Amino acid sequence: MIVYILCFILFLVGLYGLITRRNLIKIVISLSIMEFSIFILLVLIGYIDGGIAPIITGLESNPTYVDPLPQAMVLTAIVIGLATTAMLMAIAIRLYRKYRTFDIREIKNLKG
Amino acid sequence: MELTLSILLGFMIIGAIFALHAKDLLSAIIAAGIVGYSLVICFLLLKAPDLAIVQIVVETITLIIMVAVILDSTREELKVKIDRRQIINISLALVFMLVLVFFFIQAISNLNPFGEHTLRMASAYVGETAAKTGSANLVTGILFDFRGYDTLGEATILFTAALGVLTILRIKGRK
Repeated sequence: MIVYILCFILFLVGLYGLITRRNLIKIVISLSIMEFSIFILLVLIGYIDGGIAPIITGLESNPTYVDPLPQAMVLTAIVIGLATTAMLMAIAIRLYRKYRTFDIREIKNLKG
Repeated sequence: MELTLSILLGFMIIGAIFALHAKDLLSAIIAAGIVGYSLVICFLLLKAPDLAIVQIVVETITLIIMVAVILDSTREELKVKIDRRQIINISLALVFMLVLVFFFIQAISNLNPFGEHTLRMASAYVGETAAKTGSANLVTGILFDFRGYDTLGEATILFTAALGVLTILRIKGRK
């Protein structure tokens, strides 16, 4: 049970950084930390004690596999996380070229 | 097993806290790399080799993109004074955290203890993947056969993101 709580603490660290930091790069880092904590939580839930990796080798008779479904979902989520991070970094570098700073308090034109 | 994972997760938390408080953006990014690469080791310990392979590639690409952005701009971290707005932000973050802790406590009582997961939906997949798809790797069989539309959507997202990055970086902005 302690591993679930540690995952949740990692998520909270990311959330705290997301709300309190003022630097665009730090905000992107916080978002990816939150993503990572969710991935590890999903894979932890699907783990079975004494299970083997979900690959059929035919060497063992009547094997127990760990749950392959969360692994397949997390595989999709990792690639989407890469796409999001690349997009955010591209927007950050565009904003830096226009405003010469990463400070979100200085980027006034974003206010609605 | 649980002890090893706890130590790794503690290490990840320390790396994340350092990444948020580093004075230099380059060291913040390297510290975020600690979190990503520890995740690879966690996946290997949790018997998920496919995820470990994908995560190590994705983490390396992310680090390269971030270092390229930092070297092209500035490494200086902003100087943040504790003003009224910052206090409002910190208290807002604490309120959000308290709400999330409340829901987490409710959710964790419904979860099985670590290592005692029962297969529900996946039991059909585990039994039938080899016969129906001919794939020896269950994760690949689920990803590309039973849930092929998910993978199609993922490829669409990746393509759209690549188009978006190209568009954002190419156009000339108004001064």
